[in-house]
Amino acid sequence: MDKQRRKFLKMAGATALAGISAPAVVKLTSSPALASSGHGAPAEHGAAEEGHMAPAHGTEEAPKGVRLGMVIDMRKLYGKPELMEKAIAACNKVHNIPQIDSKKSEIKWIWEMPFENVFPEHSSYHASKTREENDFLVLCNHCDNPPCVRVCPTKATFVNKENGIVAMDFHRCIGCRFCMMGCPYGARSFNWENPRPYIKEYNPDFPTRMRGVVEKCNFCGERLALGKEPACLEAVKESGAIVFGDLNDPESEIRKVLEKENTIQRKPSLGTKPSVFYIV
Amino acid sequence: MIEKVFKGNSRYWMWLAVLCAFIGVGAICYIRQFLFGLGLTGMGRDLSWGLYISQFTFLVGVAAGGLMLVLPYYIHNYKVFGRLTILGEFLAIASIIMCLMFIMADIGQPLRGLNMILHPTPNSMLFWDMVVLLGYLGLNVICGWVILTAERKQVKPPKWVYIFVYVSIPFAVSIHTVTAMLYCGLPGRHFWLSAITAPRFLASAFAAGPALIVVACLIMKRVANFDAGKEAISKLTTIIMYAALINAFFVLLEFFVGYYSNIPGHKHSLEYLFFGLEHNGHVYNNLVPFMWSSVLLCFGGLGLFAYMKIRKTGTDLMIGIGCVMIFVALWLDKGLGFVMGGLVVSPLEEITEYYPTANEIGITLGIWATGFLLVTLLYKIAIGVEHEVEA
Ligand code: SF4
Ligand code: SF4
Repeated sequence: MDKQRRKFLKMAGATALAGISAPAVVKLTSSPALASSGHGAPAEHGAAEEGHMAPAHGTEEAPKGVRLGMVIDMRKLYGKPELMEKAIAACNKVHNIPQIDSKKSEIKWIWEMPFENVFPEHSSYHASKTREENDFLVLCNHCDNPPCVRVCPTKATFVNKENGIVAMDFHRCIGCRFCMMGCPYGARSFNWENPRPYIKEYNPDFPTRMRGVVEKCNFCGERLALGKEPACLEAVKESGAIVFGDLNDPESEIRKVLEKENTIQRKPSLGTKPSVFYIV
Repeated sequence: MIEKVFKGNSRYWMWLAVLCAFIGVGAICYIRQFLFGLGLTGMGRDLSWGLYISQFTFLVGVAAGGLMLVLPYYIHNYKVFGRLTILGEFLAIASIIMCLMFIMADIGQPLRGLNMILHPTPNSMLFWDMVVLLGYLGLNVICGWVILTAERKQVKPPKWVYIFVYVSIPFAVSIHTVTAMLYCGLPGRHFWLSAITAPRFLASAFAAGPALIVVACLIMKRVANFDAGKEAISKLTTIIMYAALINAFFVLLEFFVGYYSNIPGHKHSLEYLFFGLEHNGHVYNNLVPFMWSSVLLCFGGLGLFAYMKIRKTGTDLMIGIGCVMIFVALWLDKGLGFVMGGLVVSPLEEITEYYPTANEIGITLGIWATGFLLVTLLYKIAIGVEHEVEA
């Protein structure tokens, strides 16, 4: 097993988060090397083979552990709103996100917005045409230093130590919405009423929420645990617009992209250290 | 002492009946909200705190305001406030209970409220707010009750209770400081992210709390034959004046920072509150009349007090009007403008105006009525004891 593979197995620490006890496996990146290594099999098959190996990796890990991150290459999305819609639809579907038709109560995990809304700290003065004509894809940044976690009075939202995902425990959330005040990116939504009647296509593999709790993007922690990629990435895979992986692994694809390209983060001056990067 | 609440004239019972009617309506509204969810309120994704939290913020101030009576009496031995301190303590009890009710009304899963205690989270200011609020409530219950019992028996209060009295002084400051910290530690919320938030809250608290007590005293003078004394009322109005002036000064400082630095984020909320905020050709200004009323009432009230001080005159009615003006001004400033102003521009730079729904207003009035009911009953007890002692 190559080093990179082990790293991704570590990401399967998300298993605990998703509450799935099946040992988790493999193919967590879009790296072609991994995809071709023959372990891209569905989780049920890989489980037996890899399961017993997983615990051993804990000891030989780099001290800083896995930090998942995402690069959104907007250059590949300009002029292709249908691609972004595909990514959004995929997320809505796998996560049972209710489709509520009111701006007041809507629930969004990943959505589109104009540049000046997404990057208000960057000047929009004399902006380029591309920037003005295209919407940008936004989601929770899974900040390294997340204010939403800092303010939550019940630890219902927390950083998953294994991989840096900022996750939600829907059963613990009391619905005080303090985290929504804390998040400077507007990444969180609240269930103002029972969301279940608004779910278009029910996916039995992911829990639905009750009213009165907060929710947001979870970087597809439950899919990572099964060795799958984030749903949005999978949906627009061919375009290569989304790259996902371990920010702490110098060999990962995402690090290579970050080294090569100029990227920006949202509201960097606030010190939240977002893990979502944009190439604009 | 409890039995005192059952004796009263018809006006007393009428007043209680009116309050109970409001409480009844509030309870029905709350049941509706409990069954359906917070979707029945005017809050939404972009503006996810509303009337409940802003009332909570204001009432924490009213509770802390009792300090302006306790401190001079117990620390500086200012005897004139002797008959009033108990009123300050009882007002604090009622306001904190209202605060807790507003919090319960505001959370999406009220049955899980205990999670705050079961999973104590020291990094969350909300946790500390709960700690200091419950602490202050407990302290006031103990001090109020013990001191009143002692007075009834016409003995000196036991020595140990003074420890609680002294501890309650920093607690009064802390409840409002921690409540300010709920707001002023949030990144990306320029209007709230100001080191002056806590002092501003305290200043407005030290005006609003005593103003309410003065009004209550003037009413009780007419209906319950209880006289706090001219000197006490006059001293209180002085305190109210200074506190309101300091508060106004702090607000002006916010204006300076916003407009002189010229940073858009720092100006937006003030612009929205006082002049109307233009965005994509639409002007958002639903709070402008309220804020200017606040300014006028504040300076009107201050002018009235100044006139009475200089001329050394003033009827009860004038004092009452002045206090009501200041109280309403501060309610508009903190119970409405502060929270809504900070929320109007969402983190995604969208502008959302807030309009509470009828159901939400029903619950809010119900909780206020509960507070008034508690104050009435507690004051009834306190005055009953006074009369008993005098007789
Ligand atoms: S983007 Fe917002 S919700 Fe997501 S981790 Fe950062 S602060 Fe929290
Ligand atoms: S709404 Fe839920 S997740 Fe957010 S701060 Fe409150 S308890 Fe925590």
